[in-house]
Amino acid sequence: MALLGRAILILGLITAVYGVGASLYGARTRDDDWVDSGRRAVYALFSLALIAFVILEVAFIRNDFAYNVVSEHSSTTTPLFYKLAAPWSSQEGSLLLWVFLLSGWSSLALFLTRKRMRAIAPYATAVLLGFGAFFTMLMVFYANPFATTANPPAQGAGLDPLLLHSSMMIHPPMLYSGYTLMAIPFSFAIGALITRSVGSEWLRISRRFALAAWLFLGVGILLGARWSYTELGWGGYWAWDAVENAALMPWLACTAFIHSIMIQEKRGMLKVWNVSLVLLCGLLSVFGTFLVRSGVLDSIHAFGASTLGVPFVILLGVMLAGGIYLVSTRRDALRSESQIDSLISREAIFLFQNLVLVAMVFVIFWVTVFPLVSQALTGTKVSVGPPAFKPFIVPLALILVLLSGIGPIIAWRRVTVANLRRNFTFPIGVALAVLVWLLVGTNADTKPLALLMFMLGAFVLASVAQEMYRGTSARRAFAKEIWPVAFVSLVRRNRRRYGGYTAHAGLAVLLIGVAASSSFQHQREVTMKPGQSARVDGYTIKYVRPTAVATAAKVSFGAVLAVYHNGSHVTTLRTTRGFYPAGFNGSAGPISEAFVGNADSNVGLQAGLTRDIWTIVDPNLTPLQPAITRGDSVFEGLMRKLTPAQARNPQVQQSLGVLQARAIVGLTDQYIRHPWSVEFLLIVSPLVTWLWIGALITAFGGLIALWPIPALARRRSLAPYAARLARELASR
Amino acid sequence: MTEFLIVLLVLAALAVFVTGPLRRQRNSGVADPEGALTAERDVQDLEAARDAKYREIRDAELDHGTGKLSDADWRDLDRTLRAEAIEVLKALDRATAELRRRREEVQALTELSEFAAEPAEPAEPAAARANAEQLPSQPR
Repeated sequence: MALLGRAILILGLITAVYGVGASLYGARTRDDDWVDSGRRAVYALFSLALIAFVILEVAFIRNDFAYNVVSEHSSTTTPLFYKLAAPWSSQEGSLLLWVFLLSGWSSLALFLTRKRMRAIAPYATAVLLGFGAFFTMLMVFYANPFATTANPPAQGAGLDPLLLHSSMMIHPPMLYSGYTLMAIPFSFAIGALITRSVGSEWLRISRRFALAAWLFLGVGILLGARWSYTELGWGGYWAWDAVENAALMPWLACTAFIHSIMIQEKRGMLKVWNVSLVLLCGLLSVFGTFLVRSGVLDSIHAFGASTLGVPFVILLGVMLAGGIYLVSTRRDALRSESQIDSLISREAIFLFQNLVLVAMVFVIFWVTVFPLVSQALTGTKVSVGPPAFKPFIVPLALILVLLSGIGPIIAWRRVTVANLRRNFTFPIGVALAVLVWLLVGTNADTKPLALLMFMLGAFVLASVAQEMYRGTSARRAFAKEIWPVAFVSLVRRNRRRYGGYTAHAGLAVLLIGVAASSSFQHQREVTMKPGQSARVDGYTIKYVRPTAVATAAKVSFGAVLAVYHNGSHVTTLRTTRGFYPAGFNGSAGPISEAFVGNADSNVGLQAGLTRDIWTIVDPNLTPLQPAITRGDSVFEGLMRKLTPAQARNPQVQQSLGVLQARAIVGLTDQYIRHPWSVEFLLIVSPLVTWLWIGALITAFGGLIALWPIPALARRRSLAPYAARLARELASR
Repeated sequence: MTEFLIVLLVLAALAVFVTGPLRRQRNSGVADPEGALTAERDVQDLEAARDAKYREIRDAELDHGTGKLSDADWRDLDRTLRAEAIEVLKALDRATAELRRRREEVQALTELSEFAAEPAEPAEPAAARANAEQLPSQPR
């Protein structure tokens, strides 16, 4: 089937290249038949990517180690759930996932627009197929997922233990969906620029897909943060890692776009800004993909050094140069139809918010690529960490939160002092009350920036609550509905507005969680023996006893910890560190090899609404080393005594395996019996749970705004205005 | 061998599917004139602008309902927005009429082209010629 898979990829490449040609020819000659043929090429590419993906999945499920990608990223002991997710743990498989998702989303977008935008759609099709051709070309010439070996190993290397997490199934597809969905507004923007059709129509499809990209990318980032918090064993959720930043940048740019697009829809303004933002979103998405795949920057997420860097740099260069050329040559068509009436209006707030978001993108971009710049200039790759981001990002985030609170309570076009007073009194009052409470009742004054974030977060929540309340009251008065019905009707009839407000509230909650957990976190690294305890932020954490479990897949050493507060038992935590076999290659002894492979951590976590107690153990295997060395020499001596025929005998091999397993179990027994000292990292962080809750609220808001309104409902909701205007028009 | 046959099968299916539109006789070689495409684009743009304007009027109403706009401000804004919407509606009427005219033009050209492509029947050569001459000047 590998040959079939390879042939499918080649057919995919031919189809994509053909589709680019057919679409461009159809667009130039205005021949719908060629345009339709180009669109069908997208559907065909999706079908081919689906077939190729199924072939690869089947190879993983069947443990077909003739495929290099299977032998390097799976094994017979890998659970089925992870085998299904293993394809995208490899460079090759993830490229296939990229093409699969890109062609799938492209098919959806082009199907929805098959009877509309006949001028723009062919160029958009060509751009989308251009991306498809590029990524398929990478698989055909650089990273073939169907590469095989003539002598397949009996066992595969298995999946990296750090990837053995339930998020593995959904986090990468979510991120890739976000990246690939960004290609759709990008391609329609290019089409609109080429045809100079930069009016309102292309924004319709772009807004919806940009919002979907924003949602998927956001959920992907959230899942990654959660994964980091519960699996990676360093105690945080965001490390400002290059690849994390690569996902955050297009998300921030997309956030700016889905706000500024409203100004163009309503006022015909910011056309240059909007197309530039869409092009930036597309560029940053490809840049993020480049960072993961090229290995130019060190990251836990990257696939390591590869030869894919040059093609990506060429693609980014073409996108950048093409985008700049198109925008600069279409300036006449991109002229604004009106101007901002007042600096105190919703459109002005959106504009400020856009500037803040773009400034954040710029800062993150610059600090992320700084190691590359420093290497190019000085020959030394200077590594920068979180401290380099915080001085810029924290003030910008504070301004962003403030603006996200002002936006909902300020009107479009014009504002009067009386209205400002009426709308700002309650949110400012709540923010000040929270400030006073924090100053009087807590130690928040020790962290002024966090204090400011709490106050601004309260301001946002109060302004959103006020808007929801007033909107529901107005609806209630108009439709004579009871409160819950009026509220649901209000949101259903104004999904974009109230979905957006919900997302603002979620963002405020999320940033309150971030500010609290990062500013008021208490952490200690301690070494304890069973029975000993340590104090962290008023909690007493006692090392009760060691644990150890040996299975065929891994050997885990851990600890049971009891947590007390003011003498009362709060919870019992279990944390482990698992060691995976390296695979016997002669470099480690028969017993040592069980401990020298990859390792993962299982966090002992008690999450609550007010604080998280987070623990991790780093078991000390040094006391076991003499026994491990002795075991190695015993087994090596035993194996030396075997004749070659005995060594090949499966029964002998099985017996040796059983003895080896017993020896390892003996080592785990020793670990449990002896009260050796063990290192722990103990963290108590306030309000971390609110970060996840805030992210969920934000995603829910995005979903409300994205949820399609049936055409009939849309017509019905706009019908009164249409009728009134029709009457007015007839009377003139 | 089986794999080779499957590849051939996929290739054939692909070719049939992707080139399907090129084998149908829909346009009979008549490409959409630039004018028709531009008119269609204008209509779609104006429809989008009209819907956006309706939404803006509704949003202003909601802003008034929630106290973000005073009565006087809202009346002013509503009047402005309705005037803008009426301009959009007028432009949309004009664009729709233009699109209808262009489409009829394309339809006539297509019919003419199809007619010219058909082999003339020897029994009625004069009638066919007369039809062909009449088509472009038919009332639209």
